Amino acid sequence: MEQTLSLFVRSIFVDNMVFAYYLGMCSYLAVSRNVKTALGLGIAVTFVLTCTLPINYMLENYVLNEGALSWLGSEYAGIDLSFLSLILFIAVIASFVQLVEMVVEKYAPALYASLGIFLPLIAVNCAILGGSLFMQQRAFPNVGTATVYGFGSGIGWLLAIIGMAAIREKLSYSDIPKPLKGLGITFIITGLMGMAFMCFSGLKI
Amino acid sequence: MGLLSNKNKEVLVGPLSINNPIVVQMLGICSALAVTSKLEPSVVMGISVIAVVAFANVIVSLIRNTIPNRIRIIVQLVVVAALVTIVSEVLRAFAYDVSKQLSVFIGLIITNCILMGRLEAFALGNGPWESFLDGIGNGVGYALILVIVGFCRELFGSGTLLGYQVIPDAVYEMGYVNNGLMILPPMALIIIAVVIWIHRSKNQELQEEN
Repeated sequence: MEQTLSLFVRSIFVDNMVFAYYLGMCSYLAVSRNVKTALGLGIAVTFVLTCTLPINYMLENYVLNEGALSWLGSEYAGIDLSFLSLILFIAVIASFVQLVEMVVEKYAPALYASLGIFLPLIAVNCAILGGSLFMQQRAFPNVGTATVYGFGSGIGWLLAIIGMAAIREKLSYSDIPKPLKGLGITFIITGLMGMAFMCFSGLKI
Repeated sequence: MGLLSNKNKEVLVGPLSINNPIVVQMLGICSALAVTSKLEPSVVMGISVIAVVAFANVIVSLIRNTIPNRIRIIVQLVVVAALVTIVSEVLRAFAYDVSKQLSVFIGLIITNCILMGRLEAFALGNGPWESFLDGIGNGVGYALILVIVGFCRELFGSGTLLGYQVIPDAVYEMGYVNNGLMILPPMALIIIAVVIWIHRSKNQELQEEN
């Protein structure tokens, strides 16, 4: 329990998807113009991460790894399908995003319109595939841990995009050198926020 | 139409500066930052992306008339994922150390927005040869920024280039210290911001309103 909590807090603050690994930057930069849309996208990303990580964890451990197929019978024990992991992971994510897209379109059409192209693009949001790949690399002990990690990373991403959106809303009143306006200043602020987040790196629970 | 007509040349050269995927189109930033703390992984990553984007463009452009519109994203993802799998296996076989350093970021080429962006915007509407040139152009434009950032970070952060020491010992004796901040993630963002700044003050038509 203690370890799970520590993993949760670490995945939000220390291993933050945006500030520590720069994952999901494209939609982060493009959708962080106002807080409301940012919140919507952040929730969608968190949801997709929380749901796809356990599915991919099961795939990884019961289908792909060497010897993972042994539950089918001993003659399958020697099969190693790990080279297929990238393709299977992305297929799971893409179909899940399709599902989220349909739900959002039905129940929150206003949000659907404001997210525009970036909703289907969650499928190619690096943060989500990144979550699955980090999960694979760190070899979590069970499905629960993987889910907690997914949820934590999602919350971290949500936090980052909302913070950025809030700052950018205020930025429109500032006097920024012309060539630096827009993309440039956003990068610098993300860098500064990243430095602030690095203070958490000694965090121990 | 020759192999390198004016339009084709534009397709190839445009992405190097005026239409650069990273600093202008805002594509592929995710992986651009994470791998650039040293020059060598930046170069390897750049080459991998050039290869994947060029061939993915060609393949998608060849099958563009047979893909049903509704499932095109999944088809594109499968093409890209297959190519990335090949690249990652090749790297593991011939450059194991670098592939260890790049870790998950090779896999993340799949979700690199440059790929989807170029496939959607260019390969779906153009022939294979133009798409190939477009892929090469965008890949090189991407690699260029990666190399610039990797160069600055390794030079100022570790005093080395490609692992060789370039800042002489005499300078260290005079009290010069490597800037540890350069190795840390936030500096990559700030260096890119500086690149954007310089680039936009030279190309004023790219400046944004707010």
